[in-house]
Amino acid sequence: MKKITRQVKYEDDLELGFGAEISEKLGCENLDRCIQCGTCSGVCPMSVYMDLTPRRMINMTRAGLKDDLLDSYSIWLCSSCYACTVQCPREIKITDIIYALKQKAIQEGRHPKRFPIPVLATEFHRMVRNHGRINEGLLAAKMFAKTDPRKLISNAKLGLALMKRGRFVLGHENIKGREELRKILDAVDGEQEATR
Amino acid sequence: MKFHYYPGCSVRGANSPFEESFLAVCKALGMDMQEIEDWNCCGATAYMAIDEKKALALAARNLAIAEKMGDEDIVTPCGGCYLVLKKSHDCFHGNGHSAKRREIIKKALSAADLSYKGSNRPRHILDVVVNTMGLQAVKDRVVRPLEGIKVAPYYGCQIVRPHNELDGVFYPMALDHLLEALGAEVVDFPMKARCCGGSLTGTVGKIGLELSQILLTEAKRRGADVIATACPLCHFNLSSYQDQVSKEFGGGGMPTAYFTQLMGVAFGMSVTEMGLQKNLVTCDKLMKLGASTAKAQPAEVN
Repeated sequence: MKKITRQVKYEDDLELGFGAEISEKLGCENLDRCIQCGTCSGVCPMSVYMDLTPRRMINMTRAGLKDDLLDSYSIWLCSSCYACTVQCPREIKITDIIYALKQKAIQEGRHPKRFPIPVLATEFHRMVRNHGRINEGLLAAKMFAKTDPRKLISNAKLGLALMKRGRFVLGHENIKGREELRKILDAVDGEQEATR
Repeated sequence: MKFHYYPGCSVRGANSPFEESFLAVCKALGMDMQEIEDWNCCGATAYMAIDEKKALALAARNLAIAEKMGDEDIVTPCGGCYLVLKKSHDCFHGNGHSAKRREIIKKALSAADLSYKGSNRPRHILDVVVNTMGLQAVKDRVVRPLEGIKVAPYYGCQIVRPHNELDGVFYPMALDHLLEALGAEVVDFPMKARCCGGSLTGTVGKIGLELSQILLTEAKRRGADVIATACPLCHFNLSSYQDQVSKEFGGGGMPTAYFTQLMGVAFGMSVTEMGLQKNLVTCDKLMKLGASTAKAQPAEVN
């Protein structure tokens, strides 16, 4: 028999300004227009794997169920394929809203520990800052080392196959304008601080 | 015709055969590709999860450098780079972006003595080949039609969504028409714009592999000899993980090629010029055709 459990949420569990805060972010301005039609979940290739489907994520964001959203696996499962965004009859950029939720979770350090997706994003960010460009192989290696080192071994075969064909680059390609790039990124931080 | 070229990190790494074939094919079509000097990573989907304004500013540095070099369109072979550069470009034209956000990006660029007016448009190579160079120009170059090769055209997500510069967000036809112009037999492939799993294949493998498996199985079921990919990340997912896919789900052995490799072979170029020998799951029919010595001379390009 399937057990039905229902978790009641009280106003104390909500963060009431959360929806408004997210709508400030890039592409999230139409958050309030959602009519809960479910088209996004229907068209999403990931929704079969999600505990919270895109439709629910949108409504929970509006309702202020911040904790449940940021602690969920679902926000990480969005692969940015934009199927939901182009199908939404209310022109809501659902992909961008899920990006905003990921940003929040990373900023607040709330993602599941040793979960590869946020670790990948963080390592990616660091690699861009240090080198200006990404080395996919080294990025993957770093991610596996920080999440599940056994994967380093299971993926070694693929690395070797690529190496044999001259498709595995070992060193980092550094851009000349690394300092320039850092100035740009720091300036965004400075501006964001100033307008807060 | 002159273009700015934005390679992106992926074709400089594990997808180098894409760049080799891309550059050769562009040259054959009379496209003069000038690489954006000292370009940096576009940010892909990963950076957007960190900070959206920084992600836009990161991409904008490339746009600003390109603009300094001239007003020509920016061409990239990568679906992810195309989307991110376009997103950043749109920020300078309104397009749903707030003035406040635009000001922040502009100020950030000026911290590095750069500026961007938004004069050059980032575009994906498939759009440029089909809609700017035109199918007739492609047909004119074909000396070795891909006769008898059944191809499943695979576009992936970010070339067609959310920006639609080809002809459809779920069932585009541009690549289908291009492959037809090369003489190939194009397989009807309704999964052509379904997500391959993107970076999830490397992170939550089980789910990513399943998404790729669905595409591989469907292409095989429809009788394709090879899947033509238009994005380095899709290509990587659909070819490099086939061992793991067959271990998990069975099946396997579905050849893949970058669409520019198919163009090159039809244009009379060799297997090695197209980097076909570097593909992980190679297509015998294509290799055989690429190795054939009957090489007619293509007409000179002005």
